[in-house]
Amino acid sequence: MMNSRDVVLQTTSQVTVFIIMTFSGFLFLAGHNNPGGGFIGGLMSAAALVLLALAYDLKTMRQALPVNFHYVTATGLLIAIFSGMGSFVFGAPFMSQAYDYFTLPLLGEVELATAMIFDLGVYLAVVGVTMTIILSIGEDR
Amino acid sequence: MSMLHGVILLPFAAAAIVPLFYKLFKKVHTGWFVLPVPLLAFLYFIAELPSISKGEAIQATVEWIPSLGVDITAYLDGLGLLFALLITGIGALVVLYSIYYLSKEKEAIHRFYMYLLLFMGAMLGVVLSDNLIVLYGFWELTSLSSFLLIAFWYNRDHSRYGALKSMLITVFGGFAMLTGFILLHTMTGTFSLREIIDQAGLLSSHELFAPAMILVLLGAFTKSAQFPFHIWLPDAMEAPTPVSAYLHSATMVKAGLYIVARFGVVFGGDALWFWIVSLTGLVTMLWGSYTAVRNTDLKAILAYSTISQLGLIMSLLGLGSASFYTGGADTAIYTAAIMTAVFHLINHATFKGALFMVVGIVDHETGTRDIRKLGGLMAFMPVTFTFALIGTLSMAGLPPFNGFLSKEMFFTALLEVSTMDFFNVQSWALLFPVVAWIASVFTFVYCLIILFRTFTGPFPKEELGEPPHEASLGLLIPPGILAALVIVFGLFPNLLTYTLIEPAMKAILPTLDIVEAKKISFWHGFNTELKMTLGVIALGVVLFLTKRYWMRIYGYLPGNLSFSKIYDFLLKGSQRFSRAITDTYMTGSLRHYMIYIFAFLVLVGGYFLLRINPFERHGNIVFAEITVYEAILTGVLILAAAAVPFAKSRMAAIVLVGTVGYMVTLFFIVFRAPDLALTQMIVETVSVALFLLCFYHLPKLQRERSSSRMRIFKIILSGSVGLLVTMIALAVSNHQLFDSISDYFVEESYRSAGGKNIVNVILVDFRGFDTFLEIMVLAAASLAIYSLIKVRHRTEQGEQEEGRS
Repeated sequence: MMNSRDVVLQTTSQVTVFIIMTFSGFLFLAGHNNPGGGFIGGLMSAAALVLLALAYDLKTMRQALPVNFHYVTATGLLIAIFSGMGSFVFGAPFMSQAYDYFTLPLLGEVELATAMIFDLGVYLAVVGVTMTIILSIGEDR
Repeated sequence: MSMLHGVILLPFAAAAIVPLFYKLFKKVHTGWFVLPVPLLAFLYFIAELPSISKGEAIQATVEWIPSLGVDITAYLDGLGLLFALLITGIGALVVLYSIYYLSKEKEAIHRFYMYLLLFMGAMLGVVLSDNLIVLYGFWELTSLSSFLLIAFWYNRDHSRYGALKSMLITVFGGFAMLTGFILLHTMTGTFSLREIIDQAGLLSSHELFAPAMILVLLGAFTKSAQFPFHIWLPDAMEAPTPVSAYLHSATMVKAGLYIVARFGVVFGGDALWFWIVSLTGLVTMLWGSYTAVRNTDLKAILAYSTISQLGLIMSLLGLGSASFYTGGADTAIYTAAIMTAVFHLINHATFKGALFMVVGIVDHETGTRDIRKLGGLMAFMPVTFTFALIGTLSMAGLPPFNGFLSKEMFFTALLEVSTMDFFNVQSWALLFPVVAWIASVFTFVYCLIILFRTFTGPFPKEELGEPPHEASLGLLIPPGILAALVIVFGLFPNLLTYTLIEPAMKAILPTLDIVEAKKISFWHGFNTELKMTLGVIALGVVLFLTKRYWMRIYGYLPGNLSFSKIYDFLLKGSQRFSRAITDTYMTGSLRHYMIYIFAFLVLVGGYFLLRINPFERHGNIVFAEITVYEAILTGVLILAAAAVPFAKSRMAAIVLVGTVGYMVTLFFIVFRAPDLALTQMIVETVSVALFLLCFYHLPKLQRERSSSRMRIFKIILSGSVGLLVTMIALAVSNHQLFDSISDYFVEESYRSAGGKNIVNVILVDFRGFDTFLEIMVLAAASLAIYSLIKVRHRTEQGEQEEGRS
């Protein structure tokens, strides 16, 4: 944003962004049993994108990630509400969550909970919201 | 539904259709379609006359809101019939008159007739309703339709002023009356007038008796233009003359008299009622006649004269209420007062209606109503002059007209009542006849003024131009009928005595066993009353002839202080006052509003904290030990927070706020809330980053300039808010009354939701709905920020483009 020729920053951020992204994914997936979850995960990935924007500039960040963040927010909200409405199919009240254990290839026995779908909605919504705010303020000249 | 309901409904139904006729039949004056309505109703009431005269009554009920005891009960007895005949009879004449008075090309007559019919129906509803709430509804409808009629020529300032004034005053009285009705309901448990009258004897000892009485009287006095609420009536003269003739002389202003007559049986027999009603009536009578002489506008004179005559009837009703006190014995002289009131009510409707129509004709033919510009019309308008002569002489109380009879009876009533030996009357005995006599003198004077200033003397050609000619036949018929009635009632006074007046008296005095109307005789000897009348004539003539020498007294009384000026002052004053109040506290400064909010919080919260004294221990509460970490963190937190207000630059303030945030993060860690700590850390980082983003665009940090007094006040206020919140927190932690529900989450988190992170399970599973709405809030906030910034851009661009072009 401020200077686009900071080689050290740009080089380190090329690496760091992926680490942060991974960490954000980890936080999101670990949320059910360990500290973390959709909210923190979403904020963390937004932080990675902000780092990208700081190291290069907003334009570059936009090119690297050509996404309209309004859609991200909307997708998150839709996932959240549809995951809640999914319980209607089974005749249960709105937002009844369920979980079970499955044996998947490569991963072995895994616990899958419908709450994760909802958390995914939260994750996307938080990413979309944070990025919208930062971008609209940042691009304001 | 009965016939009676149908008759009340008829004008409303007609009001709905009349504009249609106006559009469909352009060639015919709409008034012709309206005329059958009052005529039919009048014929109906005439047809009921024989049975009502025998003392029967018609009652019919339609249920409206039975659960609240509100039914549309129509009740027709002698008093109701008297008023109904006045309303429909004079209504028919006024409609006929207005057909010739209002031009169908120039005026919006469809609106005129719609309002007039609305008024007619409302007025019928008032006098024929038994249920108080329904009566009140119709009562307000008369105020409303009168408002519309006064402002019929709405592009004149005076019309709007008069309409607003009458609206404000009568609606004020109407509300008071509604309150009185509700108090009556509290006392008796019913809204039905009949049932209240049945309990009348028991009420006088009730503590709400006097308030209810005064409130009901307020309604009656404002509507009937009694002192000091009379001021709206002269300003209501801006209405078209048919309206003035109908509403402001014959019908609406008598609604208050109707209320006083109706409720006499409930409240009468009490000294308070007697004194309030009769004194108000006397004062109004005197003041009205005194002020009428001063005016130069014919309609204004008639308005004050109406006020005066209404006061006369009101005082008679008050005097007559003594008959409730005496009960059976010796009531004849007091019932005679009631009889006089009823008789004069009829008489006044006839001659005042005629006079208004005459004034309307004069206005119509010459273009002015100012007596200073008028004169010598007798030769050009002989018929109009004849009607005016009959009307004014009747009003002045001269034989052989009906006004003479009612005035004689009035004097009789006053002389006899002043011999009363209860209600403390003796000490005031002379007051009644003397005041009435003076008022009669002034009445005589203004009657002469109306008559002679308008019709005699030289014709002022330079003022009026071409001499006017006699009005058309249509304009002359209605006042002709009324003037004929004036003479008929004057020469054959007993025509109505037993058919209409006696039933009305019985309706006003329903609890008395024997109520009989006396035979009205034209000549009852050379007695005190006749001498009083002769005195009135003599002094009146002298005063009229010497008028210009004593007119100066109006400069001293009322002088500059008329009641209209007081009204204007109050109205403007209240506007200015409320404006001043609003201006003082609605400063537009956010700081001030914050001060109000916080001061309110501190006052109310502090009051309750002091009152309930919550610092006793409840339950088994053990406070945790304070560790070293917590102490250190608290110290840093306090330091950082306390430094924020002293920060010289914005950068320092941002950093200090950030410090507070990170300290809170550390607190979460110490208190073992990893999710919160993570979230807090990231949110704090993001918000500090946002602060820094905005940093460049913000103006330099400015010290708030305020007086040291204000600063001290603010310090005290913020200190007390902090203190209050701390106290509340301490007080709350003293009251662990129930076990926490967190045990359930701890147990069920893994078993039924399959997660070990309890916080996350609560967020997405147990309380997922909250989370869902919170991300909605976030989304809304982001969209708001986005559109705020983008929309500002767009308007700026738009302005620039406009500037270029």
